[in-house]
Amino acid sequence: MTNAFTLKGRTGDWEIVLGLEVHAQVASNSKLFSGAAVGFGAGPNEQVSLVDAAMPGMLPVLNKYCVEQAVRTGLGLKAQINLKSRFDRKNYFYPDLPQGYQISQFEFPIVGEGEVIVDRIDGTSFTVRIERLHLEQDAGKSIHDLDPKATYVDLNRSGTALMEIVSKPDMRSPEDAAAYVKKLRAILITLGTCDGDMEKGNLRADVNVSVCRPGDYEKFRETGSFSHLGTRCEIKNVNSYRFIQQAINVEARRQIEILEDGGKVDQETRLYDPTKNETRSMRSKEEAHDYRYFPDPDLLPLVLDPAWVKEIEAGLPELPDAKKARLMADYGLSAYDASVLISDGEVAAFFEEAAKGRDAKLVANWTLNDLLGRLGKDGLEITASPISAADIGALVGLIEDGTISGKIARTVFEHMWDGEGAPAAIVEKHGLVQITDTGAIETAVDALIAANPDKAAAVKEKPQAIGWFVGQVMKETGGKANPAAVNEILKAKLGL
Amino acid sequence: MAIDAATVRKVARLARIAEPEERIEPLVQELNGILQWIEQLAEVDTDGVEPLTSVVHATLTLRDDVVTDGGDAARVLSNAPKSTDGFYVVPKVVE
Repeated sequence: MTNAFTLKGRTGDWEIVLGLEVHAQVASNSKLFSGAAVGFGAGPNEQVSLVDAAMPGMLPVLNKYCVEQAVRTGLGLKAQINLKSRFDRKNYFYPDLPQGYQISQFEFPIVGEGEVIVDRIDGTSFTVRIERLHLEQDAGKSIHDLDPKATYVDLNRSGTALMEIVSKPDMRSPEDAAAYVKKLRAILITLGTCDGDMEKGNLRADVNVSVCRPGDYEKFRETGSFSHLGTRCEIKNVNSYRFIQQAINVEARRQIEILEDGGKVDQETRLYDPTKNETRSMRSKEEAHDYRYFPDPDLLPLVLDPAWVKEIEAGLPELPDAKKARLMADYGLSAYDASVLISDGEVAAFFEEAAKGRDAKLVANWTLNDLLGRLGKDGLEITASPISAADIGALVGLIEDGTISGKIARTVFEHMWDGEGAPAAIVEKHGLVQITDTGAIETAVDALIAANPDKAAAVKEKPQAIGWFVGQVMKETGGKANPAAVNEILKAKLGL
Repeated sequence: MAIDAATVRKVARLARIAEPEERIEPLVQELNGILQWIEQLAEVDTDGVEPLTSVVHATLTLRDDVVTDGGDAARVLSNAPKSTDGFYVVPKVVE
């Protein structure tokens, strides 16, 4: 990278190295190893089977659908699917983990190496290598604020299927890390394997942060030796793009401070506190991780039928990268517009519906700038848009055939937003039809020049002053004059 | 591999088993005895032998993704030493 993201320290420049572990909840009806429901909003311990509560003698039985979703996701990440994988026990003690261990996949995950191509805001892209994806159980929920002396435990989430997607340390700036999660989320939503709801914690990231001097990362990529990189800290469970970036910035700063004071960064798990904008150590030293992984004797190895994997592959939908390439080729969109459209499958579908038979670039502008901007202001998703795709198409149609100008279209858009119906009807009702009658425009222009002889003379010296005349004519005509016609007539009459 | 008193204390702690101090030395002896016994297995040459995952020819059973369980918080909580409003109640675990 030529323009590496750097942080200035007292002793020189620092770079950051980021690897992410994203936990994506599988969009399944029931849990990974039990028949209890998965969902949000049930009463405490209402979605718990005796397997999830780890009653003695209960045995886990693997959910086939969850396996299928892990394979689908692996295929979507262009990753190797391991036909043989294994479940292991990761042992640790915590009240919201009733088994005393989490069933996970350690040595032999279901999905191996893959990659994600990530789009930056400036239209460039970069690749994040995926190390692995494995299936594991989620823990329950501890609630610490209901009682000053006790912790309340709700096991509803306990045993819910998670896909842990581990990246290699391929991200070099807070923005890149957020862009990676965004792209991963778009892929998961397109595949339908995870709903991507970050507010509910259905998609959350553990961020590994380390800092190094310029040039060190390149040495690491050349040799593969982590000795060139700094000691990393893992920031647990960050669940928004904004917090991911803030947490990285503040954690990198903390590490730089330590190193510049001659200290050593301890490898540890930390928690980001958004209200104080700081990270702090999560577990005390004597609780140092000793997971004692071993194969779960309750579960045989998971063996996949290659024919089943082929069948899943054949059923994959059009993935965001393919869609981006198609939008650019078929509609002539810029890489940037196409990457914004694919970041949400619903937005892309809306665009394609609206663009039928219309000027695709205009439709993209209206969809991305006007509609998405307005929806964002009201905190609405595109699926809740008060303006239909067909109506955005019709609005662009009116601009294309010269019925209204782009400026009037904004007014029409506001009326559409207020639920006044189809654009053609709004134009008629409010008398917004553009004046293309050159006679009427000429009259207005003549009157204007007659009233302002000094300005008319000045414009010959300074042709860009024509803007003032255009503005006045538009004002005269209530914004309804065709701007192209106004320009043409003005140029003729002013002798430009 | 030999087990010392510190390892016994650590394993006991990780397993949340309270072992009185006078039990530590006898446990060191016992566990080392067991380990020596098991280490005899290392004498067998297992190069190229797949790990045995089951003594019968069984494959992992998969179930369909349907809700068949849950919805009975009272039953789940029936063994809990303490519960309130459907929650398990445990000693405060925040540091």
